[in-house]
Amino acid sequence: MPKIRAGLLVSAIVVALALGIGVYAGADETPSTAQGLAAWGQVYSVLTHPRCINCHTATNYPQQGDDRHRHVANVVRGPEGKGVPGLNCAGCHQETNADSTGVPGGHNWHLAPLEMRWQDINDRPLSSAAVCRQVTDRSRNHNLDGPGLLKHHEEEALVKWAWNPGIRPDGSKRTLPPMSHEEFVAATRRWVEAGTPCPK
Amino acid sequence: MATYQINVNGERREVNVHPSTPLLWVLREDLKMTGTKFGCGISACGACTVHLGGVATRSCIVPISHVGDRAIVTIEGIGQDSVGRAVQDAWVEEDVVQCGYCQSGQIMAAVALLKHTPKPTEQNIEESMGGNLCRCGTYPRIRAAIKNAAAKGGA
Amino acid sequence: MASAELSRRGFLHVSFAAAGGLVVSLYLDPRSVVEAQEAPLPPQQPKVYPPAAFVNIRPDGKIVIQVNRLEFGQGVQTSLPMVLADELDADWTNVIAELALAADVYKDPMFGIQMVGGSGSIAHSFQQYRELGAKTRAMLVAAAADRWSTTPDQCRTEASVVHGPNGKSATYAELASDAARKPVPATVRLKNPTEFRLVGKKVKRLDSAAKCNGSLKFGLDLDLPGMKVAVVAHPPVFGGRVKRIVDDEARRIEGVRDVFEIPLAKGTGVAVVADKFWPAKQARNLLKIDWDVTGVEPADSSELWTKYRQLGQTVGNVAVSNGDASALDKIGAANRIAAEYEFPYLPHTPMEPLNTTVRFDGDRAEAWAGSQFQTGDQMAVAEVLGLKPEQVTFHTEMAGGGFGRRAVTDSHIQREAAVIAKRLRGTPVKLIWTREDDVQGGYYRPMHFHRVEVGVGPNGLPAAWRHVVVGQSLLIGTPFEAFAVKNGVDQTAVEGASDTHYNIPNLHVSVHHPKVNVPVLWWRSVGHTHTAFVMETLIDELASRAKIDPIAYRRQLLKPEAKKLLRPLDLLEKAIAGWRNRLPRGHALGISCHESFGTGVACAVDVSIENKRPRIHRATIAVDCGLAVNPLSVESQFQAGLSFGLSQLMAKGAITLKNGVVEQRNFDGYVPPYIVDAPVAVDVHIVPSTEAPTGCGEPPVPVISPAVVNALARLTGKRYRTLPLVNI
Repeated sequence: MPKIRAGLLVSAIVVALALGIGVYAGADETPSTAQGLAAWGQVYSVLTHPRCINCHTATNYPQQGDDRHRHVANVVRGPEGKGVPGLNCAGCHQETNADSTGVPGGHNWHLAPLEMRWQDINDRPLSSAAVCRQVTDRSRNHNLDGPGLLKHHEEEALVKWAWNPGIRPDGSKRTLPPMSHEEFVAATRRWVEAGTPCPK
Repeated sequence: MATYQINVNGERREVNVHPSTPLLWVLREDLKMTGTKFGCGISACGACTVHLGGVATRSCIVPISHVGDRAIVTIEGIGQDSVGRAVQDAWVEEDVVQCGYCQSGQIMAAVALLKHTPKPTEQNIEESMGGNLCRCGTYPRIRAAIKNAAAKGGA
Repeated sequence: MASAELSRRGFLHVSFAAAGGLVVSLYLDPRSVVEAQEAPLPPQQPKVYPPAAFVNIRPDGKIVIQVNRLEFGQGVQTSLPMVLADELDADWTNVIAELALAADVYKDPMFGIQMVGGSGSIAHSFQQYRELGAKTRAMLVAAAADRWSTTPDQCRTEASVVHGPNGKSATYAELASDAARKPVPATVRLKNPTEFRLVGKKVKRLDSAAKCNGSLKFGLDLDLPGMKVAVVAHPPVFGGRVKRIVDDEARRIEGVRDVFEIPLAKGTGVAVVADKFWPAKQARNLLKIDWDVTGVEPADSSELWTKYRQLGQTVGNVAVSNGDASALDKIGAANRIAAEYEFPYLPHTPMEPLNTTVRFDGDRAEAWAGSQFQTGDQMAVAEVLGLKPEQVTFHTEMAGGGFGRRAVTDSHIQREAAVIAKRLRGTPVKLIWTREDDVQGGYYRPMHFHRVEVGVGPNGLPAAWRHVVVGQSLLIGTPFEAFAVKNGVDQTAVEGASDTHYNIPNLHVSVHHPKVNVPVLWWRSVGHTHTAFVMETLIDELASRAKIDPIAYRRQLLKPEAKKLLRPLDLLEKAIAGWRNRLPRGHALGISCHESFGTGVACAVDVSIENKRPRIHRATIAVDCGLAVNPLSVESQFQAGLSFGLSQLMAKGAITLKNGVVEQRNFDGYVPPYIVDAPVAVDVHIVPSTEAPTGCGEPPVPVISPAVVNALARLTGKRYRTLPLVNI
């Protein structure tokens, strides 16, 4: 082989190796705790948005609206978070949004269990630290680990509903969480990869 | 406009309406079944309560496009059910009604309760009936009638 | 009213119905004379009686009784027929009750118009229906006596049968045709109360079954061949006018027939007519309307409160001034209490949304409405259509509640419907007000401000009482003004205070009636809704101050002639003896008493605080309504009426306005009592009486709010003077 072509070949191999090492290093680049906490902050901003927190109550009832007032018609949690006979959640909330009448819908509409309450009994959102602790407590979160939480955020129908929340009775669109679903999932991923750190 | 086949009180009915039309108005105006009442249109009062697929449902906010083939039972048909009949009889025996406009919905809610909980506690009654508005205020007699129906059985 | 008087004031008119039944009527208007209408009814014409018919004994034995006022929950459709049937000795199981058409003969004997209100159904028509029944019976007996060649005193009646001597008998149905030919007696013996078979007994409602199986039709349920449905877009500020309509999108909704501007009682609006309700509503949502609100006052609640509070510091038009108007000023500050109260606008929101159906045929018209004011509404429809009232057949439909909302002197709903029907000549049009239209549409119980200064005497009883009321007048500018407004005082704003039955020396009550651009209307129990609250909470406060039992204090302070309050107080005291001193911890007793519309009521409640709201475990009521015609109906009215009265305490129980616009839209913004807000149990005790019956429609309402708040005061030590109760 002539010297120049050999030199080019070596360079190409070096470059290829470097690129490969570089990519490998990117995949392996764990977010720092600081990055994880920042990501959690983004996740928390979604969890406490009305589209999510209205069903993560500490009380006997859900909330509705951006002002998070108590849900009309005195609907209550019931033993399984699905309401009570005569007033089941699914009685009004169908499988999909009813835009002509302004009632949101999604599969298996129900309240989040009390273990996943993100408010206090006075309907005030809990702190970022408190919610983070709850969400990562496997004795309360239905035994979800980090990847489990990520999958929940990515795939659960009622979670995804928050980004397709339908039309209000007055014809206006319900407001969306502060970032897209993709961004929410990406933030969750960064937080999980950082080891689900929680603020103090 | 679209054509829908729906199951109402055991009968197959066909209607031709706009998909956005709430079930309440299909029942009242297309099927001429006016027993189910319009009270508010925002599911706050319960006057429009029917049973849809066995679940007490506020028909003013369910568009006909969402109904599918689930069985619909209205106040006109609830008497064919033994619990329904017991509740209607109890309502008459306890002289519950005043203006009566809310009572179709009250009865449908009470039947849903008793089918699930044949011997309801005071709290069960309050929670299940808690979203049915009666402007006349017949609530004390509604409680008595539910207890009457529960005592007589019928389930 | 004695029977002898009857012959001076009117006469009984008898005619045949086409099917050969006996039709008896009673006309009581002293102002004009009825022309006999002997024309037979065409067989096909349904439900159209000659203008003067109350009792129709059909050949099949059914007895159809016409009720001269609306049934909207109060039970009149059962109790007035009961009265007639009792005197008639009719078989109650064969009685059918119908709501009468609008006609002169059905006017309220006291008020001279066909109406329901003022808790007057029984009070005004008890005697009337007794005589109708008794005279019909007399004619049947006369016919039987003729048939058997005997005399009426040899006959007796029972369960729609006349029994004669020697075992002879004949049914009313058999005798009806002959009886119709008999002269109507000028006077007739009425039953001795001991002879009553129905009156005074607990009689179940006639309309229960049909209201429990979906078969009973309300006005909103009406369906006529070719009928269209209309909704109206109303201005966002009362009195606004349409400037510009963009309706192309609205007209594209399938089923929409027409969109056009219409005059309203004040201002103008836009009507949408469609084949059915849903397309009409959808189309209205798509209308783009520019409104002209220049020149109309934009009422604003917080501005009004400032103005009302200011007015309340000065004496207004004097309603009553007893004794020494300056007595209060001579009482030292340590023995004076000043209290200011605020009451918001209240909507009625009956369960059945407001509606009226009209068909205009050029020279005639037909209207259907659950109307509390048939005479006025019929006249209004006629006026809009350019007809005489008698050219409008006005049907009274069963109504889903009213509470005063269906008794409107400007007949605005009926006028809207008639205007639309006029344009769609030949086609029946059902006008529907949605719940949003209702909540935002005005005709509220007016907001009121009260300022009271009380001087307390050495015995703890009031020694002087200066009371200023501020609130819009209901009746100034209406046909009723002459009856109830004197010296600038609308009685309906001060009733319950200026005419209090408490023996308060040096009582001075005055009122200011500001003009506000918000339509107002009577709300079940009218002035008593706010005056009773003020009186009964202040009296309670005085009792507490004097360390006197609240019942004993009231007994001491009431005038000795206030029997209709003293008797219930005594009965109440006995009725609660078993529980008043055995209340669990965290519960308190609340007492009130108030007389309205001739009926005296005493109330006791057992209240605790749960989830930051009053929880009423029990209410005990004692009532003196004279003879209780149907004690079951009285019991129901009180059990349910208390729950209605609690509307005033609900946290979201008010209408507020901001820059002329009503802030509430539906039952999400205005929230009435649900089952959890109502008393769990109510026991009702009726003072035994043979005095003339007085009504029970409104009397339950004034007593409950002060009783509950008096109990709360014991629990929290606070005084609640601003309604609704938002924070306890």
